[in-house]
Amino acid sequence: MKVIVCVKQVPDTSGKVAVNPDGTLNRASMATIINPDDKNAIEAALALKDATGCEVVAVTMGPPPAEGMLRELIAMGADRGVLVSGREFGGSDTFATSQILAAAIKKIGLDDDDIVMCGRQAIDGDTAQVGSQIAEKLNIPQISYAAQITKDGKKVTVKRMLEDGYMTIETQTPCLLTCIKELNTPRYMSVGGIFECYSKPVDVYDYNTLKDDPLIDPATIGLKGSPTNIFKSFTPPQKGQGRMLDGADRATCDELAAELLKKHII
Amino acid sequence: MDFRLTKEQEMMQKLCREFAVNEVEPIAAEIDEQERYPFETVEKMRKLGMMGIQFPKELGGSGGDTICYSIAIEEASKFCGTTGCIISSHATLGAWPIFKYGTPEQKETWLRPLISGQKTGAFGLTEPNAGTDSAAQQTVAVKQADGTWLLNGSKVFITGGGIADTYVIFAMTDKAKGNKGISAFIVDKNDEGFKIGKIEHKMGIRGSQTSELIFEDVVLPADRLLGKENGGFKIAMTTLDGGRIGIASQALGLAQGALDQAVKYMKERVQFGKTLDKFQGLQWMVADMATKIEAARLLVRRAAFNKDNGLPYTKEAAMAKLFAAEVAMDVTTKCVQLYGGYGYIREYPMERMMRDAKITEIYEGTSQVQRMVIAGQILRK
Repeated sequence: MKVIVCVKQVPDTSGKVAVNPDGTLNRASMATIINPDDKNAIEAALALKDATGCEVVAVTMGPPPAEGMLRELIAMGADRGVLVSGREFGGSDTFATSQILAAAIKKIGLDDDDIVMCGRQAIDGDTAQVGSQIAEKLNIPQISYAAQITKDGKKVTVKRMLEDGYMTIETQTPCLLTCIKELNTPRYMSVGGIFECYSKPVDVYDYNTLKDDPLIDPATIGLKGSPTNIFKSFTPPQKGQGRMLDGADRATCDELAAELLKKHII
Repeated sequence: MDFRLTKEQEMMQKLCREFAVNEVEPIAAEIDEQERYPFETVEKMRKLGMMGIQFPKELGGSGGDTICYSIAIEEASKFCGTTGCIISSHATLGAWPIFKYGTPEQKETWLRPLISGQKTGAFGLTEPNAGTDSAAQQTVAVKQADGTWLLNGSKVFITGGGIADTYVIFAMTDKAKGNKGISAFIVDKNDEGFKIGKIEHKMGIRGSQTSELIFEDVVLPADRLLGKENGGFKIAMTTLDGGRIGIASQALGLAQGALDQAVKYMKERVQFGKTLDKFQGLQWMVADMATKIEAARLLVRRAAFNKDNGLPYTKEAAMAKLFAAEVAMDVTTKCVQLYGGYGYIREYPMERMMRDAKITEIYEGTSQVQRMVIAGQILRK
């Protein structure tokens, strides 16, 4: 049994956000982190490994520096990594990305008792689409917003959290789950893990590796093949604190009218 | 000459920074206030392999290097001198003597649990009348007819006393030979006749338990002798050489942590209509402190590098400890000054960091001892 975990290296948006003229993020100038929801996914996979001894494979699509992130995931306990990287893949939206990742997962090999885990959404795109789209492309059942996961043989039971409650859903492997922060507390890398991680395998899949998969159609991958394009990226101006005007007397109403006039609202 | 950290060392820095922010910082003030040993942090560090960083995997360690050990102590000490002290003393004082001088059986029985994260170690050299003059040992171990040793005496100011499971204890085995008549022994916390005496209330690193150890007719089997009979002084001195890198790292972390927080404060605090970082006098203080810290860091990393690469490091470790400790005291004092009145108030961490910094000039060899060591290394040639 293995768990294949899709992880994304994202810019640290808690700091300053830099934007290119074409609207895309200037990722090179920003510090990178492991996407937080994906850390919950890798932790869930490692917990299954602790319990069953299964293999954990971390997969990421990204530029070459993303290999450093794979090494961190191996230092946390993953057995190996796969870096999906190529110029042809750059600029892909969620539709294109999910095709590429699905092809990579097929190349790794999805067995009957395997699970694919993803984070719910990435903090840079915030779309929450890739996990579900991968499941569709692989034609496997999916359960999103997993807040609790139990596995019993081929049966997987998930507590799916929604804003106003939860559902308990049962499915069978192979399946795909997307994970939320309520699922677990991700572990740290271990010191021993850090010193071993560069001796564990990280395979690189480029365009040539995957091009024979029917999912890899040059017309539907990369920036040009993406059905959606970023129109504009910007840091929205901070909302002001606002002012409370108390009372219904003449003076207060005059003050309110004056403020509204000043802002050209009336 | 490559001054950059390796990929693994960078990952270690990342891990330790995250750990320090999430686990060490939140309880730093509390453990100082309550003089409480942070058992929960030690447990977490054990699980991650932080209590055996520089020891080989085959013996139960994490397979890392001394630079990573230095990084771990530095990052923890940026927020908490106590935690830095715990990581340092356990590994270099408690575990290293057994690693270097133990028999294969001793390593299996005593070292493995220490470096794999199951037990904690400590080192007992100092006595009421044997501080810097460590050769004036009055604790005595007498060989019995059946080959066992009978240990009597006491130790004072022992880091980890009462917390540790395994102690490396020094005792006089041949008084006539002076410092060539001292031997090292492995003592277990459960040995009959071994008691913990007074637990000290200290100026700083108050969460690190420091106590008296009392030995009343403690019978030690022959296999508890560590290294050669009467070869203990060398074990003590070489152990302290390595320990100095740890303490230098603690001092470095305290200095850097204090400066980092002071810089943040200076960007927020407004007086005379501008933030403190706009005043040139204060800017120059920051420049001087940052330069000294960087110099200290280079000395520490150089000593660690030498140790990792089998090069002599006695002089380098002494220089690192001497310089870093004095920088820590200077920087933390100046950072209290930068905070003004708030620096003196216990609600702010600066006064604790200044109190913590002082011990780095004293333990594991005072700054005066470091000068003796350095001068000795230079003048004997």
